[in-house]
Amino acid sequence: MKKRKHVVIIRTAVYGAALITAAVLVFIVGYIFIKGIPHLTPSLFEIEYTSENVSLVPALINTIFMIVIALAVSVPTGIGSAIYLCEYARRGNKLVEVVRVTSETLSGIPSIVYGLFGSLFFVKFCGMGLSLISGALTLSIMILPLIMRTAEEAIIAVPDSYREGSFGLGAGKLRTIWKVVLPSAVPGILSGVILGIGRIVGESAALIFTAGTVAVVAENIFSSARTLSVHMYVISGEGLYINQTYATAVVLLILVAIINALSGYIAGKLEGK
Amino acid sequence: MNDFKERLFKGIFTAAACVSILAVVVICVFLFAKGLPAIMEIGPAEFLGGKEWRPSNEIFGIFPMIIGSLYVTAGALLLGVPVAILTAVFLSRFCSERIYRIMKPAVNLMAGIPSVVYGFFGLVVIVPFIRDNIGGRGASVLAASVLLGIMILPTIIGVAESALKAVPESYYEGALALGATHERSVFTTVLPAAKSGIFAGIVLGVGRAVGETMAVMMVAGNQPVIPAKLTSGVRTLTTNIVLEMGYATDLHREALIATAVVLFIFILIINITFSIIKRRAKL
Repeated sequence: MKKRKHVVIIRTAVYGAALITAAVLVFIVGYIFIKGIPHLTPSLFEIEYTSENVSLVPALINTIFMIVIALAVSVPTGIGSAIYLCEYARRGNKLVEVVRVTSETLSGIPSIVYGLFGSLFFVKFCGMGLSLISGALTLSIMILPLIMRTAEEAIIAVPDSYREGSFGLGAGKLRTIWKVVLPSAVPGILSGVILGIGRIVGESAALIFTAGTVAVVAENIFSSARTLSVHMYVISGEGLYINQTYATAVVLLILVAIINALSGYIAGKLEGK
Repeated sequence: MNDFKERLFKGIFTAAACVSILAVVVICVFLFAKGLPAIMEIGPAEFLGGKEWRPSNEIFGIFPMIIGSLYVTAGALLLGVPVAILTAVFLSRFCSERIYRIMKPAVNLMAGIPSVVYGFFGLVVIVPFIRDNIGGRGASVLAASVLLGIMILPTIIGVAESALKAVPESYYEGALALGATHERSVFTTVLPAAKSGIFAGIVLGVGRAVGETMAVMMVAGNQPVIPAKLTSGVRTLTTNIVLEMGYATDLHREALIATAVVLFIFILIINITFSIIKRRAKL
């Protein structure tokens, strides 16, 4: 009798908790979809943004610019850093420990602190102003630890026999890295890069004071530009565009879901190998 | 020639590795160089212990915001931690492969939802619900706690699940062999063995809750006073910065940077705690 009781209690608690987690997600996504999908009107996807028609297309294009610039900085840096940590650094190297501690620190810093730093450093000190480039550089530091970690894991996972084979055929270290190690590590690196894209798409606090909130397509990298998340935040605060906010939220959710699915698919392929 | 290329690239890779060090140094220098003088000018005791924040009268006390961050984080943990740990137990020990393949991406999706979307959901669902059914204006400690409680779920679930998975199968099998039920084996052997890993997940969740900005701003009411009730409005350290940075000048601006310094130090403490626990748990 007693045995039965604890089984029931534990099962209720565990299944109940899983149900709550699932229900919360379904409720959030469902609520936003039901309220938002009817307002996904063609006017929301016009090229021009006006105060009568808060089109999300300029913000979407700016988001793509932001992703491209931020990745152009953080991906080579992150991969280079991972190559150093895995292929060059010797065991017990002091620099390695310092790099690890700093990248852990970077990954814990809240986005608003990045935003504040970006506005002090890139916007003011470097004189780039509220611009695409200030925002993108701020974000590139923010996602650097993520890229570093995933690239490192991917490079470590490349079997040593590959390297030995390459050395055995007379290739140098650099050639081995380019021709053998990196190509084998591409899927792992890619899944990290996609996660990084997800963070850029979702970011808002770090961008308000670095890239600003101008709602037109950026003319060059020194123009102020709002990304989709910032766009959603701005129109949600104005009170007039509640329906458009729902619709924008739907677009954001779909984007995030696609990004997650892609990353999961690539990571899954890796495990299956 | 080849030797030169090898050395050149070794230099480039080493330089890339140093970027993260450089970034941390520059961030610290810029925040502290602007923030610390402001703290000195206001007076450390007045700044950290002052109960009033009135920038127009040059009164800068962030004590209400420190308490605010503490309240909403505690609330979020109270609501989120039990659900998260039990969900992690479910994922690692109670669910079929089929359910796992749906549930795991769902949890990942939760982690990927942008904070503005969470904030907007809080604004249109949680806030009106509290206003109509519990009282007050809705935007409150309670609303922020509930929303943050949801937002930290995927963080804690992720770490706790890998901690549970890292427990050797022999623990569980040993308990079964002694005649324990599946449920008892999990709760008396697997769960205790994973406790430091789970704790690391909770600490990471704390970091997420303390650092969250946009979502909290949209549901917390943002009054810079110590909240008297669960249904009173509250302002946290993060929201204090984002609310006023747009128009602040001079000492006011520097006081906001100083707020970021305090936040940064809190986060550093949380991060160090996390690393220590993680190392001990060998995750």
